[in-house]
Amino acid sequence: MKHRTFFWFFLPTGLAMLLFIAMPIVSVVTQSMFAPHEAVLETVENCGPFGCQTETTVNQDATRALRDAEPLGRFVGLDIYFDRGHLAVAEVSELWSNSESFGGFFDRLGNLPFYRAMSFTLTYTFITVPLIIGFGLLIALAVNSLHRHLKGLVIFFSLLPMIVTPIIGALILFWMIDSRGIIGNLIVHLSGDPQLSLKASTPLMWISIIIYGIWHSAPFAFVVFYAGLQTLPKDQIEAAQIDGATRLQQIRYVVVPHLMPLVTFVSLIKLMDNFRVFEEIVGFNAQAHATSLSWIIYNDLGGETRQLSSAAATSVMTIIGVAILLSPVLVRTWRDFKGRAH
Amino acid sequence: MFLKTVTTAGVMTVLMGTAAMACEISARVSIVGNEFPAIQTVGANAQECTGAEVTTNLTADHQQINLPGMQGNPAEYTSAIIANSSIVALMNDDVIRPLDDLIAKHGQGLQPTQLVTIGGDTMAVAFMANAQHLVYRSDVLEQIGVEPPKTYEDMLAAAKMIRDQGIMENPVGGAYAAGWNLAQEFNNMFLGYGGTHFKEGTAEPNVNSEAGVNALNMMKALSEYMNPDYLTHDSNATNAEFRAGNVALMNMWGSRAATLVTAEGVPQEVIDGFAIAGPMTVGGGDIPASTLWWDGWTVAKNVSDEEAESTFLAMMNGIRPALMEDDDVRTQAVWLVEGYEPTPAAIGVFAAAQSGTIPYPMLPYMGLMHTALGNELADFMQGKESAEQALADVEAAYTAAAKEKGFLQ
Repeated sequence: MKHRTFFWFFLPTGLAMLLFIAMPIVSVVTQSMFAPHEAVLETVENCGPFGCQTETTVNQDATRALRDAEPLGRFVGLDIYFDRGHLAVAEVSELWSNSESFGGFFDRLGNLPFYRAMSFTLTYTFITVPLIIGFGLLIALAVNSLHRHLKGLVIFFSLLPMIVTPIIGALILFWMIDSRGIIGNLIVHLSGDPQLSLKASTPLMWISIIIYGIWHSAPFAFVVFYAGLQTLPKDQIEAAQIDGATRLQQIRYVVVPHLMPLVTFVSLIKLMDNFRVFEEIVGFNAQAHATSLSWIIYNDLGGETRQLSSAAATSVMTIIGVAILLSPVLVRTWRDFKGRAH
Repeated sequence: MFLKTVTTAGVMTVLMGTAAMACEISARVSIVGNEFPAIQTVGANAQECTGAEVTTNLTADHQQINLPGMQGNPAEYTSAIIANSSIVALMNDDVIRPLDDLIAKHGQGLQPTQLVTIGGDTMAVAFMANAQHLVYRSDVLEQIGVEPPKTYEDMLAAAKMIRDQGIMENPVGGAYAAGWNLAQEFNNMFLGYGGTHFKEGTAEPNVNSEAGVNALNMMKALSEYMNPDYLTHDSNATNAEFRAGNVALMNMWGSRAATLVTAEGVPQEVIDGFAIAGPMTVGGGDIPASTLWWDGWTVAKNVSDEEAESTFLAMMNGIRPALMEDDDVRTQAVWLVEGYEPTPAAIGVFAAAQSGTIPYPMLPYMGLMHTALGNELADFMQGKESAEQALADVEAAYTAAAKEKGFLQ
């Protein structure tokens, strides 16, 4: 394609990307480096139904003057990224010098919100993604070998977990694992410990959320792999059969290599999605046990006093996190692409 | 006689008709607020006004949408129904207007105690009071032969007896869900032990103190008698436990307690045994371990004067004294409106007000403290760290947030 043609062809997409992707990111980065002005406080007499009290309040006129002079707020550079709510540089270095062992260091690191969120997010991501791909492949192979009359029905039911709104699905499971719910009761019955509660135990809560994550996302992998299976050349399979390959060997040496680009695609999408794990935590009411970067953003914005700069800094860190996570896959894809070009 | 009744009824109808007709507005009114029975009543009555559209958006998530919805010009919401905690966020960002001129023009029916003035300007009109107080099962307490507890120590003793006698496994209820609820229970207990959240006259945190440690230890002791899932139980879930007959003692909001056993399917013994008393004290203190709240409405700053006036009229209609004649409305809350006669459901909140309960602090940085408490205390409740460590974390988290928001240098 000529450069000129390419330019006009790409222009609408490029403009949309600039407007809806680049500009919001610039705005978030800016927001994360500016904090609200220092509050001008004054003491006034407040009266209400319970009598009068002298209390502190924000002086609106003085604050407005400050805001008008510098509408963006005060420039704080990377301060917010390094404070306790985020990378907690000072706290981490103090922990490092005070800890006697690695174990103790990591134990206390989990006390800082960012590292606590990362420990759950990364565990969740790295356990769910391989399992989603594995289950997706299994379901796809199973469905593919069904009689064609049954396929439609089975595909519909296999897709249900993905059709259910994530927060609703999470809530349903949350009620089922309640100590008075059906699964919760069953587990108590099986373990013989009446005080056992899924929601009161951090490891069990993590396991519940991970199981939910797999249940919810496996259909996505299934649909992609099932579509891929339809393009599988019949002659290759037949050749393998003639060579005496077992079913397992056919899958191992013919089907999986054929689906490999799709595996890359699914892991890209799911790494990205699962790094931003959020609905599960809200739906399971699990903030005492598990948090994620997305949850921290939600919490910053949902308090009585909104912390926009803090939320913006966490958002930028999420973008960086996703980029780091995807880099191995992206580098591989790029190499494959270059390899093919030569 | 019959004729007289009919005539009186007729006159009454006409009078009430004119009363309802009296609310005639000329510009749009849009209300955002929390959703519990009393606020729904206010919203529904504001919507009776004619002449322009009155819309309401009553949701438990109101705090997340009221500020963004009032920062634009013109503001989406012309009125936010708020409490003494949530008015602060609206004050901090200067999105509500002083009401003095509108009160002079249209506010004849208001009681002086309903006016919330900040530095001389009336910023909100309060319509109800609220507090957390004891809700208990009188039949269960009779069975073990103890009086309703006046202190948290008594509550623990009663809970032990109920469990030991095999009446209930987890007799104590509490809205201890990690987050806002857990922080609020800490606030109650902390104030009950005589703590203050901030160093006098500054935004410096002051929760890592003896009162803080005592408060946490008491909460931990209470949690031993709660459903093991307590860190996921908000007020709704706690009420469900009470309704199901699993809980005999709990600290509950007055606004939710009044209608607690009117839900469908509540067993008869729960309905019969349901009783309310004032808030409890703790650690030998005389101030109850609770906080006083008011709920009221505001008028947005970034709307035209015409819209502000219409909003004021509609909201006045939502809290008009005539409503207090309805028994259902009277039980919904402890109204601050003229003509309100307390119902038995109100004794908890009244006892709270009379026994010197401290109002929830209306400080610009209290919201940040509440958030920090809600995030950091769950670790202690799960036994993952000491009370001192949890409170040190709260102070560190609060300090980081307060520096960002410019309250601390």
